[in-house]
Amino acid sequence: MVGVSADSQQRPPVLRISDLSKVYMMGEVRVDALKHVSLEFHAGELAVLLGASGSGKSTLLNIIGGLDVPSSGKLFFHGREITAATEAELTAYRRRSIGFVFQFYNLISSLSALENVQLVTEIAENPMEAKEALRLVGLGDRLNHFPAQLSGGEQQRVAIARAVAKRPELLLCDEPTGALDFQTGKLVLDVIEKVNRELGTTTLVITHNASIAGMADRVVRLRSGELSEDRRNLTRMSPSELVW
Amino acid sequence: MKALPRKLLRELMRLKGQMLAVAAVVACGISVFVSMSSVKHSLEVSRQRYYNRFRFADVFVQVKRAPEFYRETVSRIPGVASVSTRITADVTLDVPGLDEPATARLVSIPEYRTPVLNDLFLKKGRYIEPGKPEEVIASKPFLEANHLVPGDRISAVINGRKRNLLIVGMGLSPEYIYEVQPGSFFPDKRRFGVFWMGRRSLESALDMSGAFNDLSLTLAHGASEKDVIMRLDNLFKRYGSLGAYGRSEHLSDRFIVDEIKQVGIQITFLPVVFLAVAVFLLNIVLRRIVATQRDQIAVLKAIGYSNEDVGLHYLGFAMIPTAFGAIVGTLLGAWLGRGLMNIYAEFYNFAELVYYFRFEDVALSVLLSFAAAIFGALGAVRSAVQLPPAEAMRPDSPVLYKPGFFDRESLRKKIPVSLRIIVRNLERRPWKAALSVLMISLSVAILIAGRYTYDSLDRMVQVEFTEKHREDVTVIFNNPMPPSVRFNIASLDGVIEHEYYREEPVKMSFSHRVRRQSIKGLESAEGLQRLIDKANRQLRLPPDGILLTSALAELLGVKPGDKLQIDFLQGRQRHRELLVSGTIDEILGLSAYMNLGALNRLAGDGGALNAAYLRLDQAKAGKLYTTFKKMPGVSGIMMLKAMKQSFDELIAQSMNTSTVILTSFACVLAFAVVYNGARISLSERARELTSLRVLGMTKGEISLILLGEQALLTMAAIPVGFLIGIGLSALLAHALSSELYRLPLVFSAFNFLFAFMVIVLVSVVSAILVRRRLTNLDMVEVLKTRE
Repeated sequence: MVGVSADSQQRPPVLRISDLSKVYMMGEVRVDALKHVSLEFHAGELAVLLGASGSGKSTLLNIIGGLDVPSSGKLFFHGREITAATEAELTAYRRRSIGFVFQFYNLISSLSALENVQLVTEIAENPMEAKEALRLVGLGDRLNHFPAQLSGGEQQRVAIARAVAKRPELLLCDEPTGALDFQTGKLVLDVIEKVNRELGTTTLVITHNASIAGMADRVVRLRSGELSEDRRNLTRMSPSELVW
Repeated sequence: MKALPRKLLRELMRLKGQMLAVAAVVACGISVFVSMSSVKHSLEVSRQRYYNRFRFADVFVQVKRAPEFYRETVSRIPGVASVSTRITADVTLDVPGLDEPATARLVSIPEYRTPVLNDLFLKKGRYIEPGKPEEVIASKPFLEANHLVPGDRISAVINGRKRNLLIVGMGLSPEYIYEVQPGSFFPDKRRFGVFWMGRRSLESALDMSGAFNDLSLTLAHGASEKDVIMRLDNLFKRYGSLGAYGRSEHLSDRFIVDEIKQVGIQITFLPVVFLAVAVFLLNIVLRRIVATQRDQIAVLKAIGYSNEDVGLHYLGFAMIPTAFGAIVGTLLGAWLGRGLMNIYAEFYNFAELVYYFRFEDVALSVLLSFAAAIFGALGAVRSAVQLPPAEAMRPDSPVLYKPGFFDRESLRKKIPVSLRIIVRNLERRPWKAALSVLMISLSVAILIAGRYTYDSLDRMVQVEFTEKHREDVTVIFNNPMPPSVRFNIASLDGVIEHEYYREEPVKMSFSHRVRRQSIKGLESAEGLQRLIDKANRQLRLPPDGILLTSALAELLGVKPGDKLQIDFLQGRQRHRELLVSGTIDEILGLSAYMNLGALNRLAGDGGALNAAYLRLDQAKAGKLYTTFKKMPGVSGIMMLKAMKQSFDELIAQSMNTSTVILTSFACVLAFAVVYNGARISLSERARELTSLRVLGMTKGEISLILLGEQALLTMAAIPVGFLIGIGLSALLAHALSSELYRLPLVFSAFNFLFAFMVIVLVSVVSAILVRRRLTNLDMVEVLKTRE
């Protein structure tokens, strides 16, 4: 049983989302992906964002990660308004502060596991060793394998190593187990939990799989672009205890 | 190496076929540019250095005979820097091992070596020794063609006397960089040579002591050539001058200047086509790479790579093959340039033809190709940079297909599904299809234009050596002969047909335009010499009035019906007005034709003949040649067959080289465009095609869909390419034409057939290569991969 310390609630939030909305035009159809969402995340928190497909959770994650801009509303990172940042500032924000893990791993197929991680360590300010990051995710012996030579779970773990190697303050995981089977998925969640626990990285995991919520400090649920639930787990389960 | 460059290199390796195709196109363009500009520069510098070192004159004048003290008079003309006088004469030679008589142009040189204008470059042997009148230095091309060396002897008929000449040296002169017999257009190295001989011995042989018949001068800086020429003409009119002229009318210089100009045209025309194609290829290849790497671009941006990092990374896909192409092209260009210079060295007799490989040319061409690469890559790189990362994470939305022209109810039923896919794909992106057609057609066009010069020269040979001239030999008299000479010629055993012409030097003027030109008076235009234009049509000789070649009429600004002012330069030097009765579009040179009788009447003399065209009984030709060798009145003989042979050897050889180069470059171009087009189609539609396979289509059926599209584009490109090729050839014909010759615009059926075959072959090869990939598509893998 692990839990986030109570006093973390008192400190100023790492991330503050204020009245965020996002409207897409899909051809001639207007899609309200996010509607007036407000949220705060604190240092060291492991939060799970739940929602069905199309609920707006990926949109929210992309805006938090500086990959997308909202139609209205504001986003603050350590009090700095990210929604007002220039292109160069956004790049710097992603480079220094954000670690991304995607559903389909999105590894560069022409680079080996080690090189995929080096892609990050080469441009980050105070990264860990690429090998160390891979050891952290249990792939110390697969350094020179190319994505095509790795299983789905291994690929996702490389992606996690790539995301955490820069020692980000915020780790954003978009359906990290979406493309994996149950056992492998748990292995990947284990790694995410380990990173959160050992490195203290604030972690946001997006999933449509409600069973994963058990491992989080906090569970946020989105429905049709609106916040429908925001609760705290009294206890955090270890990923190995999860069932789905 | 950092991870991003490593990604670039690995992916370039994976796309090596396509990238090599791009590099090859760049290499072709660069090599043409580098070789041609270095050849142009080398020719310019070699010419200039040769002229400076051996004091090539600026103004020339030939007279019948003028007293030597005029040298002093001329040197006092304002603007004249230095003057040389000489004695020259054309004589017949008896070359060992050659049946026919050859012609030598004798040129006097000082007995003791002193610097003169148009000086001699002694390549081998030694200078003549004073007091040894039989010693001569002979020109290098003549000696080499006849396998003669210093120390050999050769006999000549000078002023009716047979002389046994001793060759002591082998020489070259800036006056004869292009060495042809006077009155001829093409070099015949075996039968024409320049011989330099001591002034004294020539004076005594030709009874010219204290006199000269050839004067050349250099101009002081800033002097007016026109003024000096006017003064010379006034001065030497009474000494039988045919008019002084500057370098621009000097035949040898004319040829070189034209050649340099032509090389210059090739520098601009070909590399532009190649670079344009490279731009197109890079554009489509890079767009495809960016499209397939949308998610990777998103990841790079998500990780924190800046837009510049991403932009530069994708620009690398254009720059690396371009750089590779530029390096290969430069090396190939240097090699080709050297090879071309060797061909020029065969053709033009420079003292030293140095090959200058200029860094500027390389720098400029590399700069140009990188500019082209950036230009080609710009669109794709920009879209990679501008791609919002969140959007890039999502697969590309399916492209919008609308019912097109072929989807009308009536047509739909008749067209099978596979064909409908092909047509719809082309309809959906008509600009891309049009551009692909244009690029393939450009390679067809280069093939057509490359072989066009071949056809054009073929026509030139046919018209000049077969249609226009049907004589075996032309016998040139050293002095105008009275009409009675025909009886002497007719009495020679072995002469089947004989025909004569008069060549009368005149000054022609129309309003303010003046030209020195000789009028050729023909007995008939239906006999041995005929009047044939470049379209191979026969023209009639007007009974009176003058027939001008179109190029000459254009220079004078006259048209049929105008009155031309004629000043005869010889004999009674009459001034006459003459009706321009027509023009003829001839291939070679500038000519003016008249009926012989009419010319005689116009000149106001009893008539004179300068040369005879003869058709010979081949069995008796040998004996006849021996007679000609001894005939005092004959200064030379031109043999049609020999000229044709030397034309074939020299010009055709250099033409063949350039045709081979152009053809192979066009093949590279065609292959690059067709292969890349098919590869990109394959990568765009692998999923779709594999899905069709899963649904039960055969390999053949999906190949048909993919390759059918390419085949359709290629077929559409062929006629377009033919048209562009014809246009390109017309442009070339216009650009390469000069006063010396005009290329006829003719195309053989073989040219089109050849281009067609090459394109079809190239398409088949690229189809085979792509089909191999198509049949190797892994159905399960392809369906698993996310777009």
